Amino acid sequence: MAYISEKRELTPEIKQLVLSAPEIAQKVKPGQFVIVRCGEKGERIPLTVVEQDEEKGTLSIILQEVGNSTKKLGSLEKGEEITDIAGPLGNPSEVRNFGTVVCIGGGVGTAMVYPVAKALKGAGNRLVSIVGAKNRQLLILEEQMRKISDRLLVTTDDGSCGTHGFVTDALEKLIADGLNIDRVVAVGPVAMMSAVCRITEKQDIQTIVSLNPIMVDGTGMCGACRVTVAGETKFACIDGPEFDGHQVDFEELLRRQRMYLEEEKIALEKQNSE
Amino acid sequence: MTKDSGIPAAREPMSKQDTKLRVKNFDEVALGYSAHQAIKEASRCLQCEEPFCISGCPVNVDIPGFIELITEGDFEKAFYKIRETNGLPAICGRVCPQESQCEKLCVLGKRKEPVAIGRLERFVADYVLKKGTIKADDVAESNGQKVAIVGSGPAGLTTAWDLAKMGYKVTIFEGFHKPGGVLVYGIPEFRLPKAIVQQEIDSISRLGIQMKTNMVIGKVNTVDELLQNGFNAVFIGSGAGLPRFMHIPGENLNGVYSANEYLTRTNLMKAYLFPEYDTPIKSGPRVAVIGGGNVAMDSARTALRLGAEKVFNIYRRSRTEMPARVEEIENAQEEGIEFIFLSTPVRIIGDEEGWVKTIECVQMELGKPDRSGRRRPLPLLRSEYTIEVDTVIVAIGTDVNPIIPSTTTGLNRNQRGYIIASEATGQTSKQGVFAGGDIVTGSATVISAMGAGRKAALAIHKYLSDQRRKGR
Repeated sequence: MAYISEKRELTPEIKQLVLSAPEIAQKVKPGQFVIVRCGEKGERIPLTVVEQDEEKGTLSIILQEVGNSTKKLGSLEKGEEITDIAGPLGNPSEVRNFGTVVCIGGGVGTAMVYPVAKALKGAGNRLVSIVGAKNRQLLILEEQMRKISDRLLVTTDDGSCGTHGFVTDALEKLIADGLNIDRVVAVGPVAMMSAVCRITEKQDIQTIVSLNPIMVDGTGMCGACRVTVAGETKFACIDGPEFDGHQVDFEELLRRQRMYLEEEKIALEKQNSE
Repeated sequence: MTKDSGIPAAREPMSKQDTKLRVKNFDEVALGYSAHQAIKEASRCLQCEEPFCISGCPVNVDIPGFIELITEGDFEKAFYKIRETNGLPAICGRVCPQESQCEKLCVLGKRKEPVAIGRLERFVADYVLKKGTIKADDVAESNGQKVAIVGSGPAGLTTAWDLAKMGYKVTIFEGFHKPGGVLVYGIPEFRLPKAIVQQEIDSISRLGIQMKTNMVIGKVNTVDELLQNGFNAVFIGSGAGLPRFMHIPGENLNGVYSANEYLTRTNLMKAYLFPEYDTPIKSGPRVAVIGGGNVAMDSARTALRLGAEKVFNIYRRSRTEMPARVEEIENAQEEGIEFIFLSTPVRIIGDEEGWVKTIECVQMELGKPDRSGRRRPLPLLRSEYTIEVDTVIVAIGTDVNPIIPSTTTGLNRNQRGYIIASEATGQTSKQGVFAGGDIVTGSATVISAMGAGRKAALAIHKYLSDQRRKGR
């Protein structure tokens, strides 16, 4: 059980929950995730840990309500409890002084990039960040990212905030302006991560992506989260979730993420009818 | 006249759910004995003065003892006779491979069918569970020492139960949200009802054992930290590991599952009740299951119950070499699973959208015996053929899960990565750390894991008793 000590509505669809989970809060490092489950009939959902407070024994997660399970989770209020939380899972991000790093967050992916960016800044890197979303309403953690970054670029697909365009446009501009980039960390929709990697590959800039395939146990037991990296099958839960973006088979990842689209619809219809 | 004259040659049959009905539901297939049947079968026991059957049982149940009590009609006493050494009789009565253990050594079995020990064990366990009154076990006075058990499967549960009875304060750490390990995520409801698993776990946990779920040891706490934080000893029974794949083209297509995933979605997450339960599963009308063990049989039979019209079981050797229990192979056959022997997949072909469409196999022939003693399968040139399927389930075993071995200092592992532990004691290379079950042996049986748990509990008791003495 994890008690919800705080709830923030970042956008109508994106919620931030602060949970009491002292044992996990002591241990979790940037780049790791937890698995939560709501109710005895709930499914196991992997979610990024955005921040933690070791003293208070809390950690915060951000979720976008896209399907039945995330809607259920998002409907929980302060003071209520989440049935199960397990973690921290996955490997921590590699944090050291690389020089200049560009951290890119797309949509709710910014929730994963933020703790990594913060740690990279803390390790002495020059931090340039790009956050993007479809529109102003879906943009999250802009202020937090601004605070930790030496420079922040904001893009929206419709131009309602920051520059009109994609995060990749901003990245290309940084490169064109002659910024010497030592490492890129990109987390967001598969199409975005894939597009970022296409750009950085040409420039030979090492690029780390955090993958979010479908998972069940999150401890290596089921293999649902297998991804192809450098031609080899890896399990995102124990080998990742971060991988060398230039080696990832994004097409396969996208296809596997869509495995249960039909069932997702059925579940949503059922939820709406209740 | 021999001792067994007059004893029926055949064992008392156990009724099963009708084949046509059972493939449409997840209810238990084997229905168990009636009291009358149990007494009749128990009367077949020769009550050998020197019973061999007991030595075939990894937890040394007093088999003639409990069977004699059944013949007397004292089913409760028979139950407690078993429970002297086995905390999970309703589970063992269902899933133990008795035919290769106790029943294999049954003296009657030399000339006739051996006594149906497993069915009798199941009968008395169900009899008492139905009445719902399992007496609490006797517990020694607390000695104040704490033991951490990693994993709540058969190995962990047995170790915990034994140590709790000896007066230790036991905490079980389970990674999943529900205790039971393979009994809950792996073995299907139709073979081992989850309500029964829960009842037996409850009966063990009543001895003051603390059950902490959602605790992935190696992540939230390491084994080293458990020892630093007040546990005097640790038992690792974390179980089977990463599902093995065939490493053939198309294995990551949509519709290809590891048996672990397929069974976990169905059993632990109850995907067969989707959308009442949130977790979905995609199981098509034509399913291929790869492998010849119990997990393959469980997967194939699960596929039928999830609505498959045709299920193929593809195995690279012949029926004789199948590691699955004969009973399970027979059940699968009755239910209409089509066995394809001496075949192995070489690639899986997908449609334009990346879903499984066809599986291509090659025929095999058996060569000379390999290290396992079974004849090695070799591919026949140009014997490729294809089968149209929508779902492929890979049930060819597991490799070790690295989470605990890689985060524990001073823990020696073998070449395959499994923890090295003494077979007699479970002692590892690290002081105070013991291990048993699949994390030591690789995939094996429920009862062998329980046997390892039993030995480890005794060894932990000895280790900690010595420590207490030294401490004085």
